[in-house]
Amino acid sequence: MTSLLSLDRVSKRFRGLVAVDAVSFAVPEGGIFAVIGPNGAGKTTLFNMIAGAMAPDAGSIAFAGAPIAGLMPDAVCRRGVARTFQLVRPFPALSVEDNVIVGALLRRRDVDAARERAHALLRRFDLFDRCRQPASSLTLPDRKRLEVVRALATEPKLLLLDEMLAGLRPTEIDRMVAILRELNSESGLTILLIEHVMRAVMALASRVLVLDHGTVIAEGAPEAVVRDPAVVRSYLGAETL
Amino acid sequence: MTAVAIGRAADGVRRRNAVLLVVLLAALLAAPWLVNDYLLTVMIVILYSAFTGQAWNIMMGFAGQLSLGHALYAGLGAYVSAVLFTKFGIDPWLGFLVSVPVAALSGAIIGFLAFRFGVSGVYFAILTIAFAEFARIGFDHLSLVNAAAGLFLPVAQYGHNDLLRLRGDPTMFYYVILAATVVAFALCRFLIGSRIGYYWLAIREDEQAARSAGIDTFRCKMYAVTISAAITSFAGVFYAFFYNNLFPEQVFGIGRSIEMILGPVIGGVGTLFGPILGSFLLTGLAETLDSALAAAGLDVPGAKEVFYGVCLLIVIVALPDGVWPPLARRLGLDKDKR
Amino acid sequence: MTFDVYLNVAVAGILTGLVYGLMALGLSVIFGVVRVINFAHGEMMSIAMFLAVVLFSAFHLDPLIMLLPIAAVMFVFGYVLQAGLINPFMTRPEHSQFLLLVAVGIIIVNVLLIVFGPDARTVQTSYAYDSFQLGPVLVDASKAYAGVAAIVFAAGLFAFFRFSLVGKAIRACADNYTGALVVGLNVNRLYALSFALGTACVGAAGSMMTLIVDVTPNLGPTYTLLAFVIVITGGLGSMAGALLGGVLIGLTEALAGLLFTPSAKSMFAFAILVLVLLFRPQGLFSKRAT
Repeated sequence: MTSLLSLDRVSKRFRGLVAVDAVSFAVPEGGIFAVIGPNGAGKTTLFNMIAGAMAPDAGSIAFAGAPIAGLMPDAVCRRGVARTFQLVRPFPALSVEDNVIVGALLRRRDVDAARERAHALLRRFDLFDRCRQPASSLTLPDRKRLEVVRALATEPKLLLLDEMLAGLRPTEIDRMVAILRELNSESGLTILLIEHVMRAVMALASRVLVLDHGTVIAEGAPEAVVRDPAVVRSYLGAETL
Repeated sequence: MTAVAIGRAADGVRRRNAVLLVVLLAALLAAPWLVNDYLLTVMIVILYSAFTGQAWNIMMGFAGQLSLGHALYAGLGAYVSAVLFTKFGIDPWLGFLVSVPVAALSGAIIGFLAFRFGVSGVYFAILTIAFAEFARIGFDHLSLVNAAAGLFLPVAQYGHNDLLRLRGDPTMFYYVILAATVVAFALCRFLIGSRIGYYWLAIREDEQAARSAGIDTFRCKMYAVTISAAITSFAGVFYAFFYNNLFPEQVFGIGRSIEMILGPVIGGVGTLFGPILGSFLLTGLAETLDSALAAAGLDVPGAKEVFYGVCLLIVIVALPDGVWPPLARRLGLDKDKR
Repeated sequence: MTFDVYLNVAVAGILTGLVYGLMALGLSVIFGVVRVINFAHGEMMSIAMFLAVVLFSAFHLDPLIMLLPIAAVMFVFGYVLQAGLINPFMTRPEHSQFLLLVAVGIIIVNVLLIVFGPDARTVQTSYAYDSFQLGPVLVDASKAYAGVAAIVFAAGLFAFFRFSLVGKAIRACADNYTGALVVGLNVNRLYALSFALGTACVGAAGSMMTLIVDVTPNLGPTYTLLAFVIVITGGLGSMAGALLGGVLIGLTEALAGLLFTPSAKSMFAFAILVLVLLFRPQGLFSKRAT
């Protein structure tokens, strides 16, 4: 497998504090790749650099063979990288349908075509019934799903999910995991996720990277990583096993 | 709800909206036969306010950029066409073709500076005021336009309507501003239903999320300010030829900019009918108050403005979305585009 | 023109600028603590100016003596306005608060217009034409008194925020809203108090300003804009920045009036505003980057 996204010694510091320190990894095309680590490990900073919300201080990021470090978020999205936010940010006053149409318009100039695409996605994620409701009236799980749908509507090659499952009930998590697996296997969508819910990481990810204090402390298949003594010490704790 | 049911409900709303539009338009077209000259002048003022309100609404209501300097664009439109007419004998419609690029360019320059340097929110509002004030003081010292002494156009002959030169009686001016308002309404309706409209709303709601959805927010905001400025400039051309006199203080003053936002704020920012409804309510009621005071033999300068202020206050406190959204729900005209 | 002329004009500009600074200080306190953009600031100042004019013409009370009573009246006005009208708007979007105060401003200007008419009113004190000779500089007595009074009033306010318990509580509230709630401060009362202090500043500044300019109802919007120019130049929310910004703008206007024409003087203030907004949005005298 070739890698769709690769990071080479990417670093970011905030006023002397090193948030991400020379992190390198590669996400294979068609894979599901998870980044885990304790709070403050630099996961979201890493995401923000990939998505263009901030530029790295050093290192390079390549997507589909082309450098993307320092590009603006919209340019990154147009290249085929869509993201969700840890604290969800749907467009509150717009209807559910319109939220998704905004995403779908990226690849379709025609509003009717974008609406069709939006409806198809909303049906798939069981949100079609709420088409006309304003996004602000949705429950948190629904808003999280809406955000995934909006991201998917931009037809990304790579989907970045920032703690998409946190705060969801176990049944909700299972449903979301199933949908993501389906998307991955059907259309070959590559997924990079930050996640705390280990159950979901184990069920989804083909590869896991563990960050701690901005550096990579382990990387590999999920089963191997959770047994890594360094990971257990710094993040999972003995009781998880 | 099934897809069919959603479709039907939308059809019903659409039909009621269409009926409302047709009835409104018919009434407006018939107005000159139904009202006297004084009321016709009031109607002109109302439509003028509805027109500028729609133009401003593109900036604030659609794209979420609070401009408090829109008098600049109207003022440029007014002065450019008036100078071309009085000094060079160029007809207003040709002058309008010059006013539009001038106003659009100044909007684009302000937008470029603000959006490139990340001036947003209230800072953006203050920047727009600063540029309008700049123009006011500048024109106050510009001898080409007679500076603060004012620029005067030859007064229109009532007996002879000359549409090409915009010289004629109030009925002609009424139809001109009515046509302009209809065109602006249709344009807004088209824009908000198109790709750029969706993008504007996304930016208004959450600019960062909009960028992450692949939207080039800088370019979209540039479109908004340029289009809005271009439309507003026509209001200026109309103003110049209707009132026949231009003073920088009156044309570019902050009061003029604030008047422009009253209609949409009261009617409903971001809605299509809001600016029109707001202008009818506000100007209609204010003129009624004025003539009531005049009938009582009172001449109270400032009374109308206090009334404006109180209306604005009441609406902001009690109906933060404006008058139209709750009214539309009541009338079953809900889905007038968000 | 000789150097002396420039010096005289510069000193006059700085003294007027101190009064501007006090007015802007009020805006800065209101923004720094309450986080509300007071777009009726100049209009509130014109209320104070008319109070001073009325007290002078009816009872011959000198605006400098009436400075504190007028500030007190404006304090109450500000308190009531914040507690009654603005406080429910604290959670509304920025532009909504802004428009609320635009409405308040429109009402103030035009009520003043209805009550007092459009004509300019002046305060003719016995020292209106006095001046002091300080070396080469001839200082206008009215401006000197006003400038000194502005410094004293501002110093009092600084001391209040620095040393008094309530002042410290207000600063705590400005720094950390949630923290202030957690330790049990009555935030709404502190907000009203801060707004009141801000309007007290314009009360005092307005009273002094009657010694320098003629009073008309439509001064309000002009002063609102001027106050914004000053606080943005000095750094929104910075108290020292507001005072320094006031002096800078006062000086700029005075020199621009001398070199070009007085009616074009505010063009330079706006030019400074635009440059600051674009290149140094945190203000000239603020270290904090935004």
